[in-house]
Amino acid sequence: MQKYSIFNLIKNSFSNHQNWDVAWRDPQPKKEYDVIIVGGGGHGLATAFYLAKEHGISNVAILEKGWIGGGNVGRNTTILRSNYMWDANGIFYEHGMKMWENLSQELNYNVMYSPRGIINLAHSDAQLNAYARRGNSMRLNGIDAVMLNKEDLKKMIPFADFSSARFPIFGGLMQPRGGTARHDAVAWGYARQADSMGVDIIQHCEVLGFDIKNGKVAGVQTSRGEIKTKKIGLCVAGSSSILASKLNMKLPIESHVLQACVSEPVKPFLDHVVTFGAGHFYCSQSDKGEMVMGGDLDGYNSYAQRGNLPTLQHVLTEGVAMFPNLSRLKMLRTWGGIMDMSMDGSPIIDKTHIQGLYLNCGWCYGGFKATPVSGLTFAYTIAQDRPHELNSKFRLDRFQKGYLIDEKGVGTKTWIG
Amino acid sequence: MLEIKCPYCGKRSQIEFSYGGDAKLERPKLGTEVSDSEWNEFVYYRNNPRGEHLELWHHISGCRQWFKVFRNTATHEILSTSKIDEKIK
Repeated sequence: MQKYSIFNLIKNSFSNHQNWDVAWRDPQPKKEYDVIIVGGGGHGLATAFYLAKEHGISNVAILEKGWIGGGNVGRNTTILRSNYMWDANGIFYEHGMKMWENLSQELNYNVMYSPRGIINLAHSDAQLNAYARRGNSMRLNGIDAVMLNKEDLKKMIPFADFSSARFPIFGGLMQPRGGTARHDAVAWGYARQADSMGVDIIQHCEVLGFDIKNGKVAGVQTSRGEIKTKKIGLCVAGSSSILASKLNMKLPIESHVLQACVSEPVKPFLDHVVTFGAGHFYCSQSDKGEMVMGGDLDGYNSYAQRGNLPTLQHVLTEGVAMFPNLSRLKMLRTWGGIMDMSMDGSPIIDKTHIQGLYLNCGWCYGGFKATPVSGLTFAYTIAQDRPHELNSKFRLDRFQKGYLIDEKGVGTKTWIG
Repeated sequence: MLEIKCPYCGKRSQIEFSYGGDAKLERPKLGTEVSDSEWNEFVYYRNNPRGEHLELWHHISGCRQWFKVFRNTATHEILSTSKIDEKIK
């Protein structure tokens, strides 16, 4: 594989950049693989990369129904953070944050990691107290957390509405190392490295069914023929229940559509990721100058990858309450992605009752930031046939046993969370 | 914008309604011995189909009645609606 470097950039400029290697091949599926990953999104690509890199398993295929990076890894709002309160989440996502810090070097691909800090605004005394508690819990797990008062915030986000009577800004909680990364680059960087280590990325290949013999995985039927394997990892986010139903399994998952949008590009005016505390709205400014914004789910089961305007209006009303000058911006694009909403709001990375079948789902709307650590731990779970310490709490049976990781405590009405 | 036909009020826009989830969930019978796995199934597990889905909606900013909506989750098309005690499918 050609290394991406300043020297290769100069060298290739002499041939008008016509002779760069392709970033990944377009192989025909082989008859058999050691491991098949279903789903060529961020998590699937990362899993294949770590299988090859950490466990020496490179006879791996990634089967993707569409094209890689066309699902949620290309549809999110690119936010990275580990500001969780419960230990299981905090320790897991913090490990992920540390991986982000070095990811561009590890992948030899600029993922444009930008630790610009994520600020959660508090609009009441009680909320500020709750944030102090969360910040303390984070610091006990070694995660950076800083409480900000109103004066700090006036300097950091001067365009926020500090005179609002309805949603007064009391202060905020900040994770300075939180930030953003270029989402497509994450998918492409993992794909390129995985491919260079021998992983076959097979696009436009839909999984139609599974061969299970005596409770063990034997292979998959796909739109491009049968492929044998002993281990399958499912990394299909919002489509998890569809594939599970082909295995006669039900999951503690509901699929919901979440919309996001960007405004027209403007000059830099927001240096951080900011979340509204009195509702569900968050925004940051992309390197191109667009305001990247998102908020609530549309609120009903959906596989449509598009939402409706009332939800966008609701979300942007919150945005305007926080930053009144957003009202002057035109919307450039809106889109939707299908979230695999788990019943406690936390993910599942686990084995299943079928030997050789592994499950990675339940990311709700927080999957992007987990891409590296999800890949690392899922690869470990597949290679070693047991969970990694980091995902040892993200078990499928935790619901029945009562070990929920209910970060938000909204119960099983997944569309409210 | 979804337009939902409330069986009591007629067609109204989506913003008048709130969602109530899968209408096919059946609570285990009262007064019987219910195992952990049955509770688990009822409380946490969902069919979550891509396609036709029978679900509960609440006309919360209207007549405040709960009713059933038969809807396609892949296209958002609403196929029919009915009162809570009427059978759709």
